[in-house]
Amino acid sequence: MNAHLKYASQSVATPYFVFALILFAGQILFGLIMGLQYVVGDFLFPAIPFNVARMVHTNLLIVWLLFGFMGAAYYLIPEESETELYSPKLAWILFWVFAVAGALTILGYLLVPYAGLAKMTGNDLWPTMGREFLEQPFVTKVGIVVVALGFLFNLGMTVLKGRKTVVNMVMMTGLIGLAVMFLFSFVNPDNLVRDKFWWWWVVHLWVEGVWELIMGAILAFVLIKVTGVDREVIEKWLYVIIAMALITGIIGMGHHYFWIGTPGYWLWLGSVFSALEPLPFFAMVLFAFNMINRRRRQHPNKAAALWAMGTAVMAFLGAGVWGFLHTLAPVNYYTHGTQITAAHGHMAFYGAYAMIVMTIISYAMPRLRGIGEAPSNKSQVLEMWGFWLMTIAMVFITLFLTAAGVLQVWLQRIPEDAQAMSFMATQDQVAIFYWLRLAAGVMFLAGLVVYFVSFAYQRDGAAEALPAGDSANA
Amino acid sequence: MAETFTKGMARNIYYGGSMFFVLLLLGLAWHTEKVIPERSNDLQLTESVVRGKLVWEQNNCIGCHTLLGEGAYFAPELGNVFVRRGGEESFKAFFKGWMAAQPLNVPGRRAMPQFNLSETEVDDLAEFLKWTSQINTNDWPPNKEG
Ligand code: HEM
Ligand code: HEM
Ligand SMILES: [Fe+2]
Repeated sequence: MNAHLKYASQSVATPYFVFALILFAGQILFGLIMGLQYVVGDFLFPAIPFNVARMVHTNLLIVWLLFGFMGAAYYLIPEESETELYSPKLAWILFWVFAVAGALTILGYLLVPYAGLAKMTGNDLWPTMGREFLEQPFVTKVGIVVVALGFLFNLGMTVLKGRKTVVNMVMMTGLIGLAVMFLFSFVNPDNLVRDKFWWWWVVHLWVEGVWELIMGAILAFVLIKVTGVDREVIEKWLYVIIAMALITGIIGMGHHYFWIGTPGYWLWLGSVFSALEPLPFFAMVLFAFNMINRRRRQHPNKAAALWAMGTAVMAFLGAGVWGFLHTLAPVNYYTHGTQITAAHGHMAFYGAYAMIVMTIISYAMPRLRGIGEAPSNKSQVLEMWGFWLMTIAMVFITLFLTAAGVLQVWLQRIPEDAQAMSFMATQDQVAIFYWLRLAAGVMFLAGLVVYFVSFAYQRDGAAEALPAGDSANA
Repeated sequence: MAETFTKGMARNIYYGGSMFFVLLLLGLAWHTEKVIPERSNDLQLTESVVRGKLVWEQNNCIGCHTLLGEGAYFAPELGNVFVRRGGEESFKAFFKGWMAAQPLNVPGRRAMPQFNLSETEVDDLAEFLKWTSQINTNDWPPNKEG
């Protein structure tokens, strides 16, 4: 028995977290491959063409975040509901189904030419493949839906028989929304404009919609635990944050409907509403710092508190500031689809979603491993080194890509037809920034290694810490 | 936050606000769907264009290129390649030659794979790119370089 868990069934979160981190490592490896291909164009060609590396990089990202969200749900839903998980066995079965399906899909990308994979999996019958982020074969998409249904059923039954709190209801709403919006990945009209229009219902309504609910719920849960601040206060904040997220983010989707053939009123709607989208992220910063300042206890897991504050700040920078930078139509006219987009995509995904998953892992892992409320001091020091190395590296990646993007706009987009530099010539001009980005990427990898090493020392000396009664007062 | 602003009020704003904007989005989506055919020359959406879109997807062209500014940023924009590379007179000839010539094998240069497409597939792709270049994109991209 693990004395540090309130409910034994929370332990099914462990495989989800471990697998998420393994996939994270894979994601970074393929990021580095692409980083090199950006400057040494024929690196690994034709074994791993750029598009294949990119699919692996982005799909691993999405899948590891999904594993992270699922692990977070299996950990916090029983605790919030004050009851055991409805079926730990189902959670284990779904873990293996999702892990095997995910691994096979990635192997498919790497070992079979994409057109062959499309043929093998019957893409002609109901074409869904070959669209950014939604490259998965039809069977994999169906698998994701099946896993999501089983997962939601399991958690839904748990919440139904237990206590309903704002945190677990918001978490459930976010997760159901995630599954529902994914259904739009099966919508692929012949008309490219309609295809693009509905494609964003998955991508935008995920990251600037329902995923913010998931992020808010996880952040609220961890803050309740590490600060001991009254739940009423935290729940009010959570409602304010998610209200702002949906009020701005739903119509804010218009910032993707400027130049793809959709009507002109989106220029206004998209600009105005998306310009307000930084608000919920700013509220998360205030929320995290306020709660930590008003804390009623000194929680020994300092690393978890650092992740909680870090994710709020970095999400605000990446999504809020870098999002705002290019979200007004007159600006986006020039920056659309340049390295500025890539800069924003990186810091936003890392700051909001990669970091919120690492926040809950930081809080939960020592308990899941039966170590205590906090890992050893040495482990925390290493973890914080990992935090700073990865986060600073991501700041540099963002700055270098932004520099490349600004130059790209200047050379390629702003001049008239006759003076504008071609895409390929422009890329040569900005190569120095791609080299610098690659160096920052290596720094990111170093941070990831340090972060992984910190887990090896979690038990170090912390083992003597008394388990008695600790789980009760958390 | 001031005590006069209660949790209940925050919750009501959340429910009311999100409900309102979901409904607004559904209305706008309905209208947008209605005008897309006109803005995208739906009448010229031939079978060849539809097949071309499938070739585009099944070879994951979007993994390197942008199309109307969306996709990957490793290779040139193709939403206006029809205009950039000769238009009605010479695009098709250019495009056939281009697809056949890959990979260019210039050391160190970003490389595009050889997809071994049939003649019809190349022609369908060209039709798809031509159709795409005629979409009303509110005047994007700013110049022909995309
Ligand atoms: C955590 C939240 C967010 C994440 C993870 C995120 C991620 C991304 C990604 C990956 C893309 C590129 C999509 C593609 O490949 O075409 C993108 C595009 C964009 N994002 Fe965000 N984003 C977030 C929040 C925001 C916010 C709050 C704003 C506005 C304030 C914003 C504004 C934009 C704009 C304008 C584009 C289009 C760029 C272009 O025209 O090329 N994003 N975002
Ligand atoms: C070693 C670090 C990394 C390197 C060198 C790297 C490199 C790259 C490259 C070259 C691309 C393709 C850009 C293009 O289409 O031309 C890309 C895409 C992307 N990467 Fe990374 N990456 C790294 C880490 C990360 C991390 C940590 C995250 C998020 C947690 C991330 C999220 C993304 C996303 C969301 C995209 C798609 C962007 C878009 O569509 O705008 N990457 N990455
Ligand atoms: Fe968006």
